[in-house]
Amino acid sequence: MDAMLYALPFLMKGFSITLWVSALVVVFSLAAGLVLGVALVYGPRPLQWIVRLFSDCIRGIPILVLIFVVYYGFPPLGISINSFWAGVVALTLFKAAQVIEYVRGAISSIPRGQMEAGKAIGLTFVQRLQSVIFPQAVRRFLPPWINGVTDAVKGSALISLLGVVDLMQSINEVIGRTYEAMPLYLLGAFIYFAINYSLSLTSRFVERRYAYIRD
Amino acid sequence: MNYHLNFNLIWRHFDKLWQGLVLSLELAVLSILIGAIIGLVLAIWYVSAGKLVRAIISAYVEFIRNVPLILLVYIVFYGIPTVVDFAYSATVSFVGTLSLYAGAYLVEVFRSGLEAVPRGQIDAGKAIGLTPLQRLLHVRLPTMARITLPALSNTFISLFKDTSVASVISVPELTYGAQWINFNTFRIVEVYIVTTIMYLITGYSILFGLRGLERRFRAER
Repeated sequence: MDAMLYALPFLMKGFSITLWVSALVVVFSLAAGLVLGVALVYGPRPLQWIVRLFSDCIRGIPILVLIFVVYYGFPPLGISINSFWAGVVALTLFKAAQVIEYVRGAISSIPRGQMEAGKAIGLTFVQRLQSVIFPQAVRRFLPPWINGVTDAVKGSALISLLGVVDLMQSINEVIGRTYEAMPLYLLGAFIYFAINYSLSLTSRFVERRYAYIRD
Repeated sequence: MNYHLNFNLIWRHFDKLWQGLVLSLELAVLSILIGAIIGLVLAIWYVSAGKLVRAIISAYVEFIRNVPLILLVYIVFYGIPTVVDFAYSATVSFVGTLSLYAGAYLVEVFRSGLEAVPRGQIDAGKAIGLTPLQRLLHVRLPTMARITLPALSNTFISLFKDTSVASVISVPELTYGAQWINFNTFRIVEVYIVTTIMYLITGYSILFGLRGLERRFRAER
């Protein structure tokens, strides 16, 4: 208990880095995933193939390997990147592939007739997406997406291996000084648990909130 | 871009990657087997237990699912030996961690599978005079197995990818082999090209194999 209280101030900085990395990853991957997801469903064939290939490849590679690929592999190719941004880029690639699949699933749950009806009353493509497809698809998209944010938070613990002092790494640093491993690991587990469990609860709440709509 | 690809050093040390891949697969297979036993026992217990047991099983599931795998690996490998006087190798420690991890996901899979067994089948079992144990063994479990097969193969594929985390405690699996070659030969781009291709080919071969298996069992229904 004493060890935990002693460690708390040292963990705050790391905690904020973990949140910051997760937030960046969530925002970037949402933007990229939405665009690529729409391209996967409505884009021309070659574009669909490229997005499908991207998504399938990224989802087939372990996150840890993805992180090493970006961190160690980019500099020799002339792209200099520090450990923080290497982590953000790698996790964003990983999350974007997930978001693409959520978007595809959500959009394909909307009957085709909706898109055709929008066309019939003369809406442009963007208008059809904005006022017909997205408002209906969002209830299919939100619960898995919020739940998937936990993957970004959990994945962010891996960037400690690049030396980024996130929550995981600051725990390791305190253990390096105090040699009290178990209390600190449990404290760290509790903090991660608190973040992720509240996200899963939110996801379940949103799902129930939309449960009244029957298809 | 002034980087010249040279795969010679990768082929010279290819046994590191190949043996790593084999170990990754072994870790994944062992973990899903042990994890499936944990998951099955807890799921059967859960559906027939009272509130307290359900709460404890749920706590285990939620804890594992909401904590990063790397932290679980550290807890089991560095944490637990400081509290109990018990020594185990990194590989054993990782198999233990990944089995507990798989178990938490599979409890949910098996539990929803058990609940998805049609009521009529269980009633039919009752009607022909099967005991509760016989109903479990001959009616509920076989039906559950078919329902949960797709989720099981997905879990196996993600476990195979998760074995990469074993590299942080120096278990010589595929990612560890890649890092070894990375640090010792500096053929960085090449080693990660080869490694990712190995992960992709293995992962998708398993996926297609298991999908084929699922189709066969579905056809029988």
